[in-house]
Amino acid sequence: MALVTALRRLAHVKLREYAWRTAAVSSGSWLRSQRSFTSGHFLRSDNKVTVHFVNRDGEKITVKGSPGDSLLDIVINEDLDFDGFGACEGTLACSTCHLIFDEETYKSLGPVTDEEMDMLDLAYGLSDTSRLGCQICLTRSMEGMVARVPESVADIRQSQDGS
Amino acid sequence: MLFSGLKWWTSRSLWIHRLHYGINGGGKARYSSCSPKVCIVGGGPAGFYTAQHLIKARPDVAVDVYERLPVPFGLVRFGVAPDHPEVKNVINTFTQTARHERCSFYGNVNVGKDVSVEELREAYHAVVLSYGAEGNRRMGVPGEDLSGVYSAKDFVGWYNGLPSCRELGPDLSCETAVILGQGNVALDVARVLLSPIDFLKKTDITQPALEALEASRVRRVLIVGRRGPTQIAGTIKEIREMVNLPNTRPDMLAADFEGVKESLQDLPRPRKRLTELMLKAALETPGEKEQERREKATKVWGLRFYRSPVEILADPERSGRTAGIRLAVNKLEGSGEGARAVLTGEVEDVTCGLVISSIGYKSLPIDASVPFDSRRAIVPNHMGRIQEAPGLYCSGWLKTGPTGVIATTLNNSFDTARSVMEDMESGTLNTTGVKLGSQSINALLENRGVKPVTFSEWEKIDSEEVRRGEAIGKPREKLLTVEEMLQVAGK
Ligand SMILES: Cc1cc2nc3c(=O)[nH]c(=O)nc-3n(C[C@H](O)[C@H](O)[C@H](O)COP(=O)(O)OP(=O)(O)OC[C@H]3O[C@@H](n4cnc5c(N)ncnc54)[C@H](O)[C@@H]3O)c2cc1C
Ligand SMILES: NC(=O)c1ccc[n+]([C@@H]2O[C@H](COP(=O)([O-])OP(=O)(O)OC[C@H]3O[C@@H](n4cnc5c(N)ncnc54)[C@H](OP(=O)(O)O)[C@@H]3O)[C@@H](O)[C@H]2O)c1
Ligand code: FES
Repeated sequence: MALVTALRRLAHVKLREYAWRTAAVSSGSWLRSQRSFTSGHFLRSDNKVTVHFVNRDGEKITVKGSPGDSLLDIVINEDLDFDGFGACEGTLACSTCHLIFDEETYKSLGPVTDEEMDMLDLAYGLSDTSRLGCQICLTRSMEGMVARVPESVADIRQSQDGS
Repeated sequence: MLFSGLKWWTSRSLWIHRLHYGINGGGKARYSSCSPKVCIVGGGPAGFYTAQHLIKARPDVAVDVYERLPVPFGLVRFGVAPDHPEVKNVINTFTQTARHERCSFYGNVNVGKDVSVEELREAYHAVVLSYGAEGNRRMGVPGEDLSGVYSAKDFVGWYNGLPSCRELGPDLSCETAVILGQGNVALDVARVLLSPIDFLKKTDITQPALEALEASRVRRVLIVGRRGPTQIAGTIKEIREMVNLPNTRPDMLAADFEGVKESLQDLPRPRKRLTELMLKAALETPGEKEQERREKATKVWGLRFYRSPVEILADPERSGRTAGIRLAVNKLEGSGEGARAVLTGEVEDVTCGLVISSIGYKSLPIDASVPFDSRRAIVPNHMGRIQEAPGLYCSGWLKTGPTGVIATTLNNSFDTARSVMEDMESGTLNTTGVKLGSQSINALLENRGVKPVTFSEWEKIDSEEVRRGEAIGKPREKLLTVEEMLQVAGK
């Protein structure tokens, strides 16, 4: 992980030529290319793990990722359009990669570090089964798991306004 | 919701398709004069996040960002602490937005002076004000203007290379510094004052600040708040950084934490974890290793609660200089987040040679034509729509007041962009008339002798800064004056 983080830092220095991505995938292409040689590249597609995301509109989006990828990597690699997701690019400095799980899945995700908890504590709509997507690395046992993208403040306010 | 998920997907792929068609050798494609033109004032996170959302949401909108300084990114460059480089990763997304063919950046344009908001409204279908909060709240106590007293805004601007703060030259020759306010800005300042110099050397802190900090004699930093530990404004990550800061030990008053343990169970999780961390640093007997670490430490940091500034005390021997601060002792009325500090009538004096007031930033009015609520120091708005000013919007700190992390600014900027889109779709915002956008503004600016800095010119400044940094083992060495920035930009 430390190596990946270090590589990411390096990569941040130089931006890919004209790689416009959506808000969800702030810097996808370089992240992807970099990740692929740390993990995905060596794996055949049948080794992939299925993950279901539920977006802010309640829609289910099913994608596959390679073991070792973080959930943020998957969102980027698959070009998932979750507004503002992953602003700090997986460096535990923003909490925009907040995801909510059901209790069972949450328990299976393993322990949370203090540093992740610290950032999570700033997340909107924090729940007891919240995690930061950039800190969860896929394993085979996560096959079929569901991760919900929480509503943003705006959504909450709009529904209160009745609009 | 305006955009259902499904609509999103289809419109987005279409949009990307157009995007690829639009790229022509790095130049910006010309957009038809009928396309809606939006102008954004301020090139900080709010400006860029608003621009990003607008460009993404509609394939025809063109967005121009006007920024007062020749360099973009606002407080991400001039506020975020140099030892938090991860936070600055958002710059990558801003850069992609700025390089988008439907976005143009014009630095070195001071709106309100070089061009008026009225002129911008004339030239664009919509104008979004995102110029942040560049003033600071004053304590309003006697002695605030003595030498040795600084606002955190200026102090932060100084170590981060804000041109207007270059000459601050803070006097760091005293042993004790008092910081008033307990928000994250106060914690940033405390950390920078106490960080091992070898840490800072590897950051993009400016060279003059690094030298001043290297020579600093400050050994003890007290961070003073008017309310109690369960109301502290700073967040846990920043407190943990203090707890773990090498060569420092905490110095707290047990009395400040009376009754706090008992109230823990009623606190929501974030508040509870933060309070537990402070309790641990303040009251718990440390383990052997931590004990040893604390004994070896040569510097001290401490939180002081229930204290408000009453007067900055002048040094009787060195006229005009501060020698201490008089604090009023408070008690709390009410409980929880909304508890209020009320005076007990008691006061106490603390000896110190440096006082940094960190009680908040403050937005300033830009132009007499724009409504401004001077009590709350924001532009009065509903979901980013400025009241009684159709076609005029706001986002970021100007919209909400000067609180919130970048993620908060991101959300409220997307919100404003949504309001603009809704108004375009509903026809409330008339986009049928032809507007000349930057074409007419650039002509005005040229007449007035103002030379805007484009994004590719900023990229020249950027490369030069990175080059200078590399030479001395730093990620960047910032240019410190507007003149030098303009020179490197080729202006
Ligand atoms: C010291 C400090 C440290 C911070 N650290 C963090 C952190 O670590 N993590 C985090 O998440 N958040 C941090 N924040 C919060 C974050 O910086 C804000 O949420 C965010 O910058 C607000 O964005 P903004 O665009 O509204 O304002 P700003 O960032 O202030 O941007 C406003 C822009 O408008 C420009 N402008 C001003 N007047 C004019 C004019 N007349 N014409 C044209 N342009 C103009 C300014 O030059 C500036 O570029 C920090 C804030 C401060 C003060
Ligand atoms: N690392 C980061 O993530 C980071 C770093 C820096 C800044 N930021 C963000 O930027 C925003 C601004 O930070 P900030 O520190 O300037 O503001 P802040 O968090 O609002 O803190 C302001 C502090 O000043 C105190 N205060 C206000 N008025 C006062 C008065 N008249 N007398 C005495 N004390 C007074 C407040 O006390 P009360 O609580 O009693 O009002 C509070 O302790 C925050 O949202 C912060 O989280 C984030
Ligand atoms: S992407 Fe910023 S904390 Fe996960």
